[in-house]
Amino acid sequence: MNTPVQPDGTLSPTLGPEQPEQPEQPMVRFAGVTKRYGELTVLDGLDLDVQEGEKVAIIGPSGSGKSTLLRALMTLEEIDEGVIEVDGEPLTHMPDASGRLVRANTRHLRRVRGNVGMVFQSFNLFPHMSVRQNVMEAPVQVLGLAKSEARERAEELLAMVGLEDKLEHFPAQLSGGQQQRVAIARALAMRPKVMLFDEVTSALDPELCGEVLNVIRRLGEAHNLTMLMVTHQMGFAREFADRVCFFHQGRIHEQGTPDELFNQPREDRTREFLSAVNEAS
Amino acid sequence: MTELLPLLLQGAWVTVKVTFFGSLLAIACALIGALARLSPLAPLRWLAIVYIEVFRGSSLLVQLFWLYFVLPMPPFNIEMSAFAVAVVGLGLNIGAYGAEVLRGAIRSVHQGQHEACQALNMTPATRLRRIILPQALLAAIPPGTNLLIELLKNTSLVSLITLSDLAFRARQLDQATLMTLEIFGLALVIYFVLAQAINFAMRRLERHLARGRMRGGLS
Amino acid sequence: MNFFDWPFALEILPRLLDASLATLGIALAGFAIAVVLGLFLAIGRRSRQRWLSWPITGLIEFIRSTPLLIQVYFLFYVLPNYGLQLSALQAGIIGIALHYACYTAEVYRAGLDAVPRAQWEAVTALNMRPWTAYRDVILPQALRPVLPALGNYLISILKDTPVLSAITVVEIMQRAKNIGSESFRYLEPITLVGLFFLILSLGLAWCVRRLENRMEPAR
Repeated sequence: MNTPVQPDGTLSPTLGPEQPEQPEQPMVRFAGVTKRYGELTVLDGLDLDVQEGEKVAIIGPSGSGKSTLLRALMTLEEIDEGVIEVDGEPLTHMPDASGRLVRANTRHLRRVRGNVGMVFQSFNLFPHMSVRQNVMEAPVQVLGLAKSEARERAEELLAMVGLEDKLEHFPAQLSGGQQQRVAIARALAMRPKVMLFDEVTSALDPELCGEVLNVIRRLGEAHNLTMLMVTHQMGFAREFADRVCFFHQGRIHEQGTPDELFNQPREDRTREFLSAVNEAS
Repeated sequence: MTELLPLLLQGAWVTVKVTFFGSLLAIACALIGALARLSPLAPLRWLAIVYIEVFRGSSLLVQLFWLYFVLPMPPFNIEMSAFAVAVVGLGLNIGAYGAEVLRGAIRSVHQGQHEACQALNMTPATRLRRIILPQALLAAIPPGTNLLIELLKNTSLVSLITLSDLAFRARQLDQATLMTLEIFGLALVIYFVLAQAINFAMRRLERHLARGRMRGGLS
Repeated sequence: MNFFDWPFALEILPRLLDASLATLGIALAGFAIAVVLGLFLAIGRRSRQRWLSWPITGLIEFIRSTPLLIQVYFLFYVLPNYGLQLSALQAGIIGIALHYACYTAEVYRAGLDAVPRAQWEAVTALNMRPWTAYRDVILPQALRPVLPALGNYLISILKDTPVLSAITVVEIMQRAKNIGSESFRYLEPITLVGLFFLILSLGLAWCVRRLENRMEPAR
């Protein structure tokens, strides 16, 4: 084991050489996660660890189970096998009195799920509420924040996504890009540790993608948020992500840094997919 | 003509009162019926199905007669005034139809709304109260308006259990004065005006609730 | 006193069933006329001739927002003053038919609206006369999808026939009332009438659902 050496040549006083190396606790862990729809296996014994603050982009052909991965993490889909952990705690399971893992009850599910926020392809804003109410709603109703505090938080976040002048608008009065930025602010208002982005630009006209991606980019720079995104925007995945996972037939077929995956893919399927995407764009 | 109108309007006032209280009861029944029908608890669902099917399936007039003639007798011994029977009968009857309308409206709320609520960690009760019901109630206004007009029209049947509403006054005046055309013509016109008033009020309500938003968008 | 006097119920059953034939006959006759008349009203309402479409639109709106009971009173009590003497049965059937023709007209209208514009353009391009176009091209496409909705109005008509007891038509409700006033027992006759309507309307609703399901794959 290497002994930490200070620049002046003395031994570091803080770390003893005998201290065993603690493996860093991943923020999100999928262990052997399987999800089936009847005959079809969408997630096939999936293993994936995501460290705190890591930005992971998930790419792959449609129907490969990318979105299901995020939806399982958000508990929108029940999984058939395996365990998902968030911040060291099992999400879909919990230890019973004897320490064995059993199916999580609603209370446990709600507590662990509170660490996760999600932005959807189709925005899913509440159409009967103004932009500000959309962002305030869950902090007031779920976290029990005082109205004034929630309003402050909402206005701060809406300013961050560049919508401070649309507070009183209703979703239907906004462009798709603006709606998606409200949706991002709404998810952030719950102060999640993990943010999931499920094809957030797929429903947008090409000229509106930029404003949404810019918000996500700024978010990644400013906060130590763990982010998982399913995306078809290869350019964005390349510049933004710390790690890119290529998904194929319910498994992670290949993963690596953007440079490794995009410039030197090892697998034939990855190469085929990337060249098909390049041709299309 | 001028001597007919005051009496007819007296009857119309009874019609308005029955319509108003009947509507309140119907809306309450529709809400409870729809929620029970969609409940995860099977016995509640069955109760709701029985309520909805019985009151939709067995003619309103039969229900009014049942409440008016059968209930006061043993073994029930529940005697209600004709007015109470009218309100209860119409409310339960239209409420059963309303429950189905509202159930459809609740189920028509986009799946994405449910997912967004779950992603924001809302409890099912909060989701229903704050997100789903407000959208469903708005969607239920146009079919609900038709039901309220049905209710208004059906109030005429309460004259057959001796309540002196507009229809009852018309029959009474007809027998007394023989000005048949004027009486029934006027009665029809009054019902028509009342129906238009319901229409107008509900449109205003819909526009008020829908301000700022359009339906059928991506959200 | 028994809760439900079964021997008495059995004893009056034949009399009720006898009157139920009248109920069924009235409902079917009224429905048959309404189905045909409604189609003409719908086509007339779509006409480009305003002298035709406007009065029809007004009539439909007026009849739909006023009670069947008053309309039947109108036919039965007013028309004889102008030389048109109708029996109670005739007035009842015509009243139901007119009332529901205005509802079926709206059903047909929705069906006609659902026929693609291109079909209208095609018949214009072929220089068909309007009547030929309706008969050979438009109606066959418009009618099939509206059949279930028409079926639902048959159920509504059936449940509205007791209204005719108000002008002394002896249908099942009137018979039940007569039995009640003779024997001072209302529970059995009125409950039996309720069951009669419940069974019939549930059965018919089942048929309508089957019709809907059978049509789906074709569309």
